[in-house]
Amino acid sequence: MSLSDKACVSGVGETTYMRGSTQTPLELQLEASLKAIADAGLDPKDIDGVIPIGIVSGTSEDFVDNFGIPDLRFSAVIPHGGASPAIALQCAAAVVGSGICNHLLITFGRSVTASANKAGARIHNMAQFHYVTEYEHPQGNSAPAQIYAPMARRHMELYGTTVAQFGEVAVACREHALLNDNALMKKRITLEDHRNSRMIADPFRLFDCSLESDGGAAVVISASDRAADLRHRRVFISGVAAGHPDSPASITQRTDMTSLGLSKAAPRAFEMAGVKPADIDVAEIYDCFTYAVIRQFEDMGFCQKGEGGAFVEGGRLGPGGALPTNTHGGLLSQAHVWGLNHIVELTRQLRGDGGRAQVPNAELGVVTGYGDLGDGGLAIMRRG
Amino acid sequence: MSDKQPRPQAPVTALSKPYWDAAAQGRLLIQACGACGTLRHYPRLLCDQCYSNEVEWKELSRRGNVHSWTVAHHAFHPSFSAELPYTLVTIDLQEGTRALGRWRGETPYIGQPVRGEFEAIDAAFDLVFSPDDQAE
Repeated sequence: MSLSDKACVSGVGETTYMRGSTQTPLELQLEASLKAIADAGLDPKDIDGVIPIGIVSGTSEDFVDNFGIPDLRFSAVIPHGGASPAIALQCAAAVVGSGICNHLLITFGRSVTASANKAGARIHNMAQFHYVTEYEHPQGNSAPAQIYAPMARRHMELYGTTVAQFGEVAVACREHALLNDNALMKKRITLEDHRNSRMIADPFRLFDCSLESDGGAAVVISASDRAADLRHRRVFISGVAAGHPDSPASITQRTDMTSLGLSKAAPRAFEMAGVKPADIDVAEIYDCFTYAVIRQFEDMGFCQKGEGGAFVEGGRLGPGGALPTNTHGGLLSQAHVWGLNHIVELTRQLRGDGGRAQVPNAELGVVTGYGDLGDGGLAIMRRG
Repeated sequence: MSDKQPRPQAPVTALSKPYWDAAAQGRLLIQACGACGTLRHYPRLLCDQCYSNEVEWKELSRRGNVHSWTVAHHAFHPSFSAELPYTLVTIDLQEGTRALGRWRGETPYIGQPVRGEFEAIDAAFDLVFSPDDQAE
């Protein structure tokens, strides 16, 4: 039985993104969740499945308690960092598509400020990073920017990928953020600004790195046959898949460190949806670093391996480009909520609710997730 | 600097103790499968080829070639602030598997022959690689 189009996004919600929130992650999660449920035209008590996302997330019990959910039929934890929201779509599609529950909430909240939980400090408490903690952090390989940088450097050396190509990704995200009132970054940047931004972990400059921000985001995934009469046109999950890289806990030991789990997942998702990369109208690509966007286009087959740099050149990803990408501003310029904002944005685009960043006639889109050193997930979504 | 915050310490486990004990003597010890001989790093419980849990630790030459690198310009842990900028290298070890270490030398290049030495810092050990002038 194919799960294609058996599940749809019925509701989306976000808090205002900010820095310096005084709210806890759970408060932000609850606010975003209530918005997503209202957007779907549902009552919180209609929710019968929940996948809370994040390392400081509320539990499924928190949602039962706060919403008075009378009959929670399904809950799960997806432990794959920034890939968790996209991989949660796979879980949700399987669960609502097979009738286990009808309306499943995927919800994320994060308060970097409240938890004083910066990138360099937090990963060393996470089990999946234990090789980094044991053998690399003591030598000064501490944070994602440093840990991912050798992947990017090797890609540059092998394929000639350039600083300006990284900059193309940063500029495209920023141009889209300028069209989005709920984006943190408000100032236009150029390729030159990108090149001149301070070096963090060579080859990553400041403008290659995603934001640290506070906020919540949520989506409701409904069984397609239960969502026909809800508030918005349905946005179907036509193809969805997850994949994990070789040596998932260590980039250092990975046979091909430029390859991600997405390269295994993408053919499955495109086959399930019955479409090709060239059919995609709009893309929301997990952008923890600019390089990650370039690499994921290769992994999904939008271009050959090594050609990702050339693929993003010439404003292809920006407003009005051939493949508008991260139309909300992405993690680089909107906010970092582990990419759940990418799913929210793709839904809005395919509903035709993309505001000033609306891609004309967007009917088919792709959203990816990337986390924990290379785990990947993607969903191909179709306007209903 | 006497007021410098100490480096983060590697949590030593039963799996990693032979590695760190050897590092203290300047030797690089890597797990080899006791049944089929396959090298594996970082240390783990089973051989992913034959699933044996038998282990024979093997001493490697600390020679290899540069696989990739990064230069840290921002310290994500305060103990590294005074060392900026510093270069981290990923090395293809001659006998197999890779190592991550510090770099001493001009900007490296992919494939560059290198040789590593352990250096004690605080309670930990850096594996410091430099160009291998004796490489053939």
